[in-house]
Amino acid sequence: MLRVDVVKQLGEFSLQASFTSEGRVTGLFGASGAGKTSLINMIAGLLRPDRGIIALDGEILDDTAARIHVPAHRRRIGYVFQDARLFPHLDVRQNLDYGRRMNRLADDPAQRKRVVDLLDIGGLMDRRPGRLSGGERQRVAFGRALLSKPRLLLLDEPLGSLDEGRKVEILPYLIRLRDEAMIPMVYVSHDVAELRQLATQIVMLRHGRIAAFGGVKVLPGTPA
Amino acid sequence: MFDISPTEWTAIQLSLRVATVATLVATPLGIAVAWLLARRDFWGKAVLDALIYLPLVLPPVVTGYLLLLTFGRRGLVGAWLADHLGIVFAFRWTGAALACGVMSFPLLVRPIRLSIEAVDRRLEQAAETLGAAPFRVFLTVTLPLALPGVLAGMVLGFAKAIGEFGATITFVSNIPGETQTISSAIYSLIQTPDGDSAALRLVIVSIVIALAALIASEWFARRATRRLHGN
Repeated sequence: MLRVDVVKQLGEFSLQASFTSEGRVTGLFGASGAGKTSLINMIAGLLRPDRGIIALDGEILDDTAARIHVPAHRRRIGYVFQDARLFPHLDVRQNLDYGRRMNRLADDPAQRKRVVDLLDIGGLMDRRPGRLSGGERQRVAFGRALLSKPRLLLLDEPLGSLDEGRKVEILPYLIRLRDEAMIPMVYVSHDVAELRQLATQIVMLRHGRIAAFGGVKVLPGTPA
Repeated sequence: MFDISPTEWTAIQLSLRVATVATLVATPLGIAVAWLLARRDFWGKAVLDALIYLPLVLPPVVTGYLLLLTFGRRGLVGAWLADHLGIVFAFRWTGAALACGVMSFPLLVRPIRLSIEAVDRRLEQAAETLGAAPFRVFLTVTLPLALPGVLAGMVLGFAKAIGEFGATITFVSNIPGETQTISSAIYSLIQTPDGDSAALRLVIVSIVIALAALIASEWFARRATRRLHGN
């Protein structure tokens, strides 16, 4: 269970959000500039709230009143960025292995094989990120985040940088990820169709405030 | 003409030793300082920045004299080091290395700082979310991506250290076999009758070393760009 109740001032922009989510995939929906990325950066620990609380499965990650701030590297929260952010000096295999090494987890070839098969990236292992297509890069980024064994997976418009054809290519992997990986996710998007397919719960952000909360039927354009 | 005499060899070898030690000792410090300047904001940052560049703009003789006042046998730091650790800089080759290290430090730090600044901070954030503590982020992401810049800085610093003259001769004098580097040997030779051809040989040697260093540095810089673009 994820509990977020935060206030953050970023220049002229003020973000104020409070919600509790138990869904398998929480869809964070809103136009660009609504504060979606700032919000998940706070959940990831990359950005500190001015005031408020963030808790995951009962563990406090941020509590400004108690001066608690668990740094990003100790949160065990995976993050798939819109721009993949693979390490350019490492090949795919080393990118995938990075989280395991940093968390000093034991090697788990069975798990690695599952993830590699799920994402269909077995043929890319020896390539550098510079030699991957946009869609391949994004699939490796999913794998890299998954293999760090996170308790929660944040996905920030993971299809945002891809054209329509690539999106259609990736979406099935995401649905399999949701159904097989058993890791709760927060999925950020401004694409209604994407969220309708993936999300089990929706948090709608508008101008830094929560405008609606509930099932996928709160998404705009849903027949009543 | 190209018969290099034992005295000249001694000067060349001493120069290489002094410059190598100066570069190897200065590099870790240079990386730390470059990282601070590139990635942190702190009180007194502008002062630290200016202080590092000072040897580049001060007359070398001033830097040498300041080193003598500080690290000389009666200097504040020099006396303490000699009494407690037995480390003596004055009129020793180690002093030449110190002078060269200080004089080449700005040239060493600059490319390292630029290459650290060029490392995408978003990659460092990605590493954090994968469980890497700050120092491991530095070791596994920042430093490898900045490595060509580090090597370029080392090469430039080394070239500067090889050619350093003013601060070295002021601080540790010009003692053959102990502190007489290529530069001070050339200086002595051109003041000696019949020293011209020997001086010319050493001049050619220093031109070759400097050119090789510049070419190497350029090569590392090109590699840096390629590496950052991920091939």
